[in-house]
Amino acid sequence: MNIYVLMKRTFDTEEKIVIEDSRIEEEGAEFIINPYDEYAIEEAIQLRDEHGGEVTVVTIGGEDAEKQLRTALAMGADKSVLINTEDDVEEGDQYTTVKILEAFFADKDADLILAGNVAIDEASGQVGPRLAERMDIPYVTTITNIEIDGETVHIERDVEGDVEKIDSSLPLLVTCQQGLNEPRYPSLPGIMKAKKKPLEELELDDLDLEEDDVEMKTKTIEIYLPPEKEAGRVLEGEVEDQVKELVTLLRDEAKVL
Amino acid sequence: MSRKMLVIGEARDGALRNVTFEAIAAATKVSDGGEIVGVLCGSENLEEMGQEMVYYGADRVVTVQNNKLTTYTSDGFGQAVMAVIEEEKPEGIIMGHTAIGKDLTPKLASKLETGLISDAVDIEETGENMVFTRPIYSGKAFEKKIITDGLMFATIRPNNIKALNRDDSRSGSVSAKEVDIADLRTIIQDIIRKTSDGVDLSEANIIVAGGRGVKSAEGFKPLEELADVLGAALGASRGACDAEYCDYSLQIGQTGKVVTPDLYIACGISGAIQHLAGMSNSKVIVAINKDPEANIFNVADYGIVGDLFDVVPKLTEQIKEIKVNS
Repeated sequence: MNIYVLMKRTFDTEEKIVIEDSRIEEEGAEFIINPYDEYAIEEAIQLRDEHGGEVTVVTIGGEDAEKQLRTALAMGADKSVLINTEDDVEEGDQYTTVKILEAFFADKDADLILAGNVAIDEASGQVGPRLAERMDIPYVTTITNIEIDGETVHIERDVEGDVEKIDSSLPLLVTCQQGLNEPRYPSLPGIMKAKKKPLEELELDDLDLEEDDVEMKTKTIEIYLPPEKEAGRVLEGEVEDQVKELVTLLRDEAKVL
Repeated sequence: MSRKMLVIGEARDGALRNVTFEAIAAATKVSDGGEIVGVLCGSENLEEMGQEMVYYGADRVVTVQNNKLTTYTSDGFGQAVMAVIEEEKPEGIIMGHTAIGKDLTPKLASKLETGLISDAVDIEETGENMVFTRPIYSGKAFEKKIITDGLMFATIRPNNIKALNRDDSRSGSVSAKEVDIADLRTIIQDIIRKTSDGVDLSEANIIVAGGRGVKSAEGFKPLEELADVLGAALGASRGACDAEYCDYSLQIGQTGKVVTPDLYIACGISGAIQHLAGMSNSKVIVAINKDPEANIFNVADYGIVGDLFDVVPKLTEQIKEIKVNS
């Protein structure tokens, strides 16, 4: 089976956001594989181990993303591709990303594409469904279980807390939700092996794309931080009294009851 | 410049979701006086829900009734809504940023080769631009976006844009459109209901959330009782989910759901930065924690230092009392 994973490099969830010159300051920040993409990588590896085939992890970004690709290879992916847009694309949106991915997948014979259901930075959740639509393949978002049984794919997806059991067929694109699996940590031998695994680097040129083809449809005009929340009141006295005071405050001061 | 807008309505348990009315209000803003057309898909008679959309500000509503639209699938609803888009040729589309909205709108945007701004919490007109505000990094920051090419297409986060007042003197047509739905490539075999009373986390006005401090699955009981008297939804921190005290679907935080209820009651939650990202934009936050140094107190409006198993049942009783007396 030919399995692909769409991966994004994101800020570590521990990071505070700092804005410098109306941009998010990346200097000194730790980066990780988008946590939802980790589920996708783990699931891809498990499916390959069960059904055979190959896992290729694809990312769009700059040189820096090589580190996360190596991590994916160390987890057990077979190949990785960096579509390096550093020189060609100054700013892009989901339209841009999917234009590039569509071109990348044009000559691939993908049976299954896995992605995170959302990236924890921009959080649009658009790329998976958008790509499936361009490739004219079905998709299922926020999956929590997947089993491939010959031609049929049995899936469970999380829909705002309820579980939908869905049958579909390959080729298919799925986006992963937490609960799907427990992503493994790269092992030491895995890390050693990853150094020798293929990491292919492509640019827009290689995909027969011009900058104009991927011009974004939306534009960010401002980034700002929410006002810092001030610590409120810690109530005092007997628990009984504190609870009474709290209810009064919620009703009369905050007016939320 | 006035724009014709399409609002994709959404029902749950036989009634329109409130976010549909909020989407009409958002569309009204973007329309600048242009026509607001609602669209509804389903297998039942949609006439009454269509009327309801009119009362909340839609000028008219198109319904697509087909037995392949009993439950949402991207293929089924995609074909139905695309047929309406092709006929109506709107200049903008608004829908709720719900499970269905998140699944459907990128497909439509991709097909239409247009931009899409997901999860907007505010829309304002600034000069010539319609500016959409949306949280990024799970609410650690915000961005303002404009659409530079194509449709004014956005999804809106529930509970942020106020719906217009219901006005049942408004009138507008509700017309049915026949759409042939070709074979669906994803078939829903079963839906297992896990959410109890239909209070959805993303739309809840009040959330009662538990962390590692609840200690066990059983420990969620007092929180459930509190949620019951408040008509609140139940949430959890990652710690509680990882420890298998509850389902991952309850998780609030940077991974998990981002919520902005009017009242958030955090019980036994320490307040890791990832959790705060998911809830710190709630209007009023109450923290109940044994540890006076817990980080959650830094964002809480009101805090009680104490054992949740002592405090929460007392809080439940107290709220019951005022509910009875009011």
